[in-house]
Amino acid sequence: MAKLYSKRKLATPKMLPKKETIRLILQYSCALNMIKVGNMNFENIAN
Amino acid sequence: MAKSQLPDAVLVDKYISGDENALAILVNRHQSKIYGYIYSKVLDRDITEDIFQETFFKVIHTLKSRKYYNEEGKFLSWVLRIASNLIIDKFRSDKKMPMNRDTDELSVFARITDDSLNAERKLIKNQVEVDIKTIIEKLPHDQKEVIMMRYYLDMSFKEIADYTGVSVNTTLGRMRYAITNMRKVIEKNKIYLPS
Repeated sequence: MAKLYSKRKLATPKMLPKKETIRLILQYSCALNMIKVGNMNFENIAN
Repeated sequence: MAKSQLPDAVLVDKYISGDENALAILVNRHQSKIYGYIYSKVLDRDITEDIFQETFFKVIHTLKSRKYYNEEGKFLSWVLRIASNLIIDKFRSDKKMPMNRDTDELSVFARITDDSLNAERKLIKNQVEVDIKTIIEKLPHDQKEVIMMRYYLDMSFKEIADYTGVSVNTTLGRMRYAITNMRKVIEKNKIYLPS
């Protein structure tokens, strides 16, 4: 059987999440506001 | 120093201080490894997207509430651990584990193609990859983990050591044992693998 001399790595091509997913994560981060009162954390998500 | 070149620890501090752009850089920097890690476990694009999103929601929540997270230059390990826990939760809720990974519609190997190879070489290449994957599956869990992270997720030994909670030397040792064991399996079963 012929030998292969390919230099390709076994690692798969970079897999990336959808742009919408990234956008949603960053929007969630911007919208989320944590308010600390004493020992408690209140979260507020801006619309 | 350009913001995109800052270490994770500094970006995390900036994010906690209110710099939303720092999170965008962290997500951009690690998205491939985290997404690839999740996909290697669940083998489903849609579920991977969900878990990836859920992972970062938890990261955001934890960092903004300033609890549990102790930055020691291990941001990626921490995020991967969150993802790992979410994957386990997902399997528990579904009461199933992934089976027949290579026959799955979105097999990892289906994504490895090289247009410069002819049909015969492609077949040979695919067969070699299947054989190697089968051999890897026979390894003890800790050795398999190191091989998968190093060659399939392209993680450094330092990152693997951080993630698995052992020293770099132990990780290197596991890699050595894994390769030795793989050679033994190849010799024992007389598997022919063109180099």
